[in-house]
Amino acid sequence: MSKERIKIAPEMHDIMPVEYQDLVERATYGSETRGWKDIGTSKELIEEHSLCAGCPESMAFRYILASLPAPEDTVMVGSTGCTSLVFPHVGVHNIHSLFGNQNAIASGLKRALTVRFPGRVKDVVVLAGDGATVDIGLDMTLQAWFRQEKFTTICFDNELYANTGGQESGLMQKGFVAKMAPVGKTFEKVRLPEIARESGCHYVVNCTVSKPNLVEKVIKNSIHVAREIGPTYLQLYTPCILEIGKNSMEGLQEMRDSEKPAERFSYKEYVSDQAKELLTELAAKEKERKAAAKRQLAGQA
Amino acid sequence: MATQSLVGTTNRAGQTVTDPWELMHATERTPSFFTGSEVIKEAVRRANCDVMIAYPITPQSEAAALIGELFAEGFIGDYFRGESEFAVMSQCAGAAFGGARVFTTTAGPGTMRAMENFPMWAGARLPIQMIVTCRGINSPLSIQPDTLEISYLLNTGMLVWHAETAQDFYDWILKGYMVAEEPDVHLPLALCCDGFFVTHTKDVVNLTPADMCLPPYDPYRSPVPCMDMECPPVRMMRDPFVMKSNYISYATHASWQQEVWAAIERSRKHSIRWLDGLIEVDNADADILIVSSGTAVSQGREAKCMLEDEGIDVGIVKVKTLRPWPAEEIREATRKARHIIVPEFNVTGWMAKEIRATIPNPDRVYAGPHVCGGMTMPPEIIAADIKARLGLRAESLAGRGS
Repeated sequence: MSKERIKIAPEMHDIMPVEYQDLVERATYGSETRGWKDIGTSKELIEEHSLCAGCPESMAFRYILASLPAPEDTVMVGSTGCTSLVFPHVGVHNIHSLFGNQNAIASGLKRALTVRFPGRVKDVVVLAGDGATVDIGLDMTLQAWFRQEKFTTICFDNELYANTGGQESGLMQKGFVAKMAPVGKTFEKVRLPEIARESGCHYVVNCTVSKPNLVEKVIKNSIHVAREIGPTYLQLYTPCILEIGKNSMEGLQEMRDSEKPAERFSYKEYVSDQAKELLTELAAKEKERKAAAKRQLAGQA
Repeated sequence: MATQSLVGTTNRAGQTVTDPWELMHATERTPSFFTGSEVIKEAVRRANCDVMIAYPITPQSEAAALIGELFAEGFIGDYFRGESEFAVMSQCAGAAFGGARVFTTTAGPGTMRAMENFPMWAGARLPIQMIVTCRGINSPLSIQPDTLEISYLLNTGMLVWHAETAQDFYDWILKGYMVAEEPDVHLPLALCCDGFFVTHTKDVVNLTPADMCLPPYDPYRSPVPCMDMECPPVRMMRDPFVMKSNYISYATHASWQQEVWAAIERSRKHSIRWLDGLIEVDNADADILIVSSGTAVSQGREAKCMLEDEGIDVGIVKVKTLRPWPAEEIREATRKARHIIVPEFNVTGWMAKEIRATIPNPDRVYAGPHVCGGMTMPPEIIAADIKARLGLRAESLAGRGS
């Protein structure tokens, strides 16, 4: 979508909602340099949300939306859960249809957009919780990867079913006592990052969302690789502070504790050779762009 | 805003985009001897489809595979085999959300597996066309003809049509898109037929020219935004309604459902125009009427001929659309009938129940004969049931038990 398309006719300007005026005047659509540092200084694609105070998922949402390389041509696909309470507030097209079918929706969507807009960038990004990704939707998660569908799958891993009140999920740690796991979960946390690698994902990262610059990097990488090569997967720890007995201010520390070496969310990545080549190429271009910008700035001075 | 007609341009396969009314009514038809599965392929060839998603299940596998050949020949934008019917129907939804004209086929247990998707399709106003080649859904495993699955589709919010013949099928696939994609309808269509009886038998079908096709789907005529980021992304709601337990939330959900059903009602006028009425009546003045849909109608026609030879006057009402339900048409057509016989290929007799709920003096409705689990319906048993209803002696039919 061209930025032209969101412009407001001058006669209509005063009756448009303030948020829409903001979107036209201060959105970072089309900006090559957009990233998490835009948060708070330009129109964000999410401002309010209906999550709990201090929920790390809300931080993750902000970082991700600020980091999408081309939000003006990105459609997001969600699923049922806490994320589905946020998506109605988001300033990109997004689809909620059923619980667990997000990667099937994204497969059809990406193919339709490819047929309808040949030669144009149309990114599809799935964002769903761990119940949707790993339990009820695992079949469709994996099959999309087997078929090499060209979109990014992001799993907000909070290690339980949060929106329904804290039930056991496949990504829950072994031994954790939860609803529907009254004597503690009896089997290990499902190793989806490894499964993703074996299923054909070209870029896989397992980390927390404690560092916005890291989230920005992995989001951009995963979307560029999906656009050019094939499926990518991000598993991001967004703890449910409510269900693990923490306070609103403790989410960040929980993530920092869980990303220490040998902890279950210490940074892990897998990048296929093809993806490495692409990312090296993109990094060189980015370096050149920055150098050119610097030269231009020096020339102006 | 200026609009531009695409009639006369060519599509991705080099076919000429033709005015749909002209395509269906004014072009030269070529009689062809095809199976029902081949007929589905030939209709889709002319339907200007963007995406078709396939999954094997008897008796629709052949049609789904033949459409793959169309893709290989360049008639369809994209085609692939999904991993299950549930996934396929979600993939169809994704493609339709993205503004594609979508086609798929399923049957029996596949329809049931995919069921969660259908109210979602209707609620999301996705004009997907799904062919349902009906077969048994019971256990023990059956692959034989049986129309029980249609009854589960009736309350999904989809348009549901029931084709009798391969010719119906051919025409209705093309006409179905024209009705389903109307801005005041914009709903999915389940186009049903009786598996094997229609899919696996050969019939003469009059085809429209292969070098002409329907106009492409225009997703910007949809009553809801197409999810392609080509129009400004509105913040859809301040608070998601699922979160709220209040009157506004309930009212929103209630009015949305009412709107889906109102859209089914609004499809009437389009369906009447394209299908030449929601029902077809032959000899409505008769005391005895056979009323049904699908191939039960064909068997009813045979029974009618047999009874006429014996001097018993019988009329036929063929119901074409189940949703919208032609209530007024059925009331009018059955006004004079004293006996209404409803033969069906299923165990529960859902069609008879619908008719009983529609007409005055429902005791006139005789729910039967029923066959199910793959049994055929010889016209003799329809004739025998009619005679029994009239208090006439019927010759005993071999194999029917006591």
